[in-house]
Amino acid sequence: MGKLLNVDYGAGGITTEMRPRQLDDDLHSESVILNIGPAHPATHGTVRIVAELDGEKIIDADVEVGFLHRGFEKMCETVDYNQVMPYADRLNYVSPIINNVGWCLTVEKLLEIEVPKRAQYIRVIMSEISRITDHLTCLGASAMELGAFTVMLYMMQAREYLWDLIEEVTGARLTISYGRVGGLKDDLTDDFAEKMAVAFTGVRYQMDKADRLLSRNRLFMDRMCDIAVISGEEAISYSITGPLLRASGVAYDVRKAFPYSSYEDFEFEVPLGAKGDNYDRFQVRFEEMKQSLSICEQAIKNLPDGPICVDDPRVVLVPKDEAYGSIDGMINHFEMVFRGVEPPKGDVYIPVEGGNGELGFYTVSDGSGRPYRVHVRAPSFIHMGIMKRMLIGANIADVVPIFGMINMIGGECDR
Amino acid sequence: MSDNATSKATDFLKLVHSKLGDKILESRVSLGDAEIRIAAGDIKECCRLLQLDAELRFDMLINVTAVDYMDSDFIARPDDRFEVVYHLMNMKNRNRLRIKAAVPEKNPEVDSVTGFWLGADFMESEVWDMFGISFKGHPDLRRILMYDEFKGYPLRKDYPVQGKQPRIPLIKPEVENTARLMNRPALVQINKRNQNTGITRGEV
Repeated sequence: MGKLLNVDYGAGGITTEMRPRQLDDDLHSESVILNIGPAHPATHGTVRIVAELDGEKIIDADVEVGFLHRGFEKMCETVDYNQVMPYADRLNYVSPIINNVGWCLTVEKLLEIEVPKRAQYIRVIMSEISRITDHLTCLGASAMELGAFTVMLYMMQAREYLWDLIEEVTGARLTISYGRVGGLKDDLTDDFAEKMAVAFTGVRYQMDKADRLLSRNRLFMDRMCDIAVISGEEAISYSITGPLLRASGVAYDVRKAFPYSSYEDFEFEVPLGAKGDNYDRFQVRFEEMKQSLSICEQAIKNLPDGPICVDDPRVVLVPKDEAYGSIDGMINHFEMVFRGVEPPKGDVYIPVEGGNGELGFYTVSDGSGRPYRVHVRAPSFIHMGIMKRMLIGANIADVVPIFGMINMIGGECDR
Repeated sequence: MSDNATSKATDFLKLVHSKLGDKILESRVSLGDAEIRIAAGDIKECCRLLQLDAELRFDMLINVTAVDYMDSDFIARPDDRFEVVYHLMNMKNRNRLRIKAAVPEKNPEVDSVTGFWLGADFMESEVWDMFGISFKGHPDLRRILMYDEFKGYPLRKDYPVQGKQPRIPLIKPEVENTARLMNRPALVQINKRNQNTGITRGEV
């Protein structure tokens, strides 16, 4: 452990070991070690920050993650490819469909298949709805932590409209398991387009109210501007992706750079920040939500007809009437349930644009029905690496907004 | 996979070949991804070339991970067990490259690349935590997802899925909490009164 971790919270209460006072020290020049977390009400995620304070300034910090480690990668090695889906839901549980899509694309690339256009479009619609809910949660919670409770309520209301939409299609709200290798669980409902239009009107209204309350608010700007400035080069060196990187002025979006699932069919802008401070991160996320709304509307307008799964009984379950009505269907159903998808030997890495950044699955297949190794490139985990750099030099009151803007999601960070 | 991506990756691999030369043990295009295999000892030198070369200029380290190929025919040499896998990206022309290096079972160690990419710090810590592959020159290599007292390396294939860990004893603070031992007469009086009269503290 580093020198700052001499904080003990044993039976006798909390004791901290401080630097011994030097002869030439002033009376009050001793630094104070402050332990924040892991269960702190203002950090929405279990993370422990040990900060060395000089007055109000943070002069050194140590970030400890891993309190929510569940062994996702180990568990994936014990189940078949479709059974990973519920575990993937619980990575970034605020935008679970993006995780599902990422995992499906990885296995589909191993199998060298491509899902029908309609399934790709529906994946885009659901991913973008998830992205909006992700950003709404991040911004709403961060605003609340800075005292703007009303904004949080507006954003939660907007998120509610979107979750109703997701519930309409998938039957669940948070841990959805909507993706399937080779397609989707269900098609959209018949009146989805109308319901989506109504919901988006509501979302736009709530976002507009939040925008008017917050975006040019003097108090909010004072707390957010020029805090934790990260330059583009530094962000790249720290492997930062997603809204954090774009706030630093680097135009990298997986949806544009490596289009997957027909993202090349849609027109959208990649918002960029000018300075790379917390306010830019807020603005980038806010603008991205508007772009996502527009992508969803384009997709539903041009939604092609057709099947939602590939027509291959070795990849997807055969329809029920075929499974019970014909011997071939019965055999295929049995094989699929007992053996699952069996991709050929090989390894593959697929990135998708998650709510927080590049979410990648590196998967090794040994030809059996279970993945040999699954590794998740979790953006939250990698973003925690820059947390120390962002904290040093900031005030103690800035810890919570910085942490809020990194938007660390415990399930994804600790896996 | 489209042939376009494959041919682009093949051309790109030729460029990498011209820069790294005979350091590359094996190169291939796997499902559209360019991939090279190098010796574990060459990682630092290769990464330096890949990052600093004006044409390649891999300025982002996407990912570092490892795979345990115990009892598997994936690895040619019998004493090698692990494979460290790096994913790099060039931010300008978006070229991606996967680097693999086999690591032996005994004393698994590779050079750290934290000098080239600061983001490698957390990723290498995770590999150390999960596989026990140590990184020479890493500034602060420690368990990052598991706790310090954890025995073994959970993502190795010989770690059981339902493996149990020994209970760790309660951490005793090195410095006694002296506040408890202090003589506090005022509190003692109140406590005494409470005992004798039954008056609750709120009423006092």
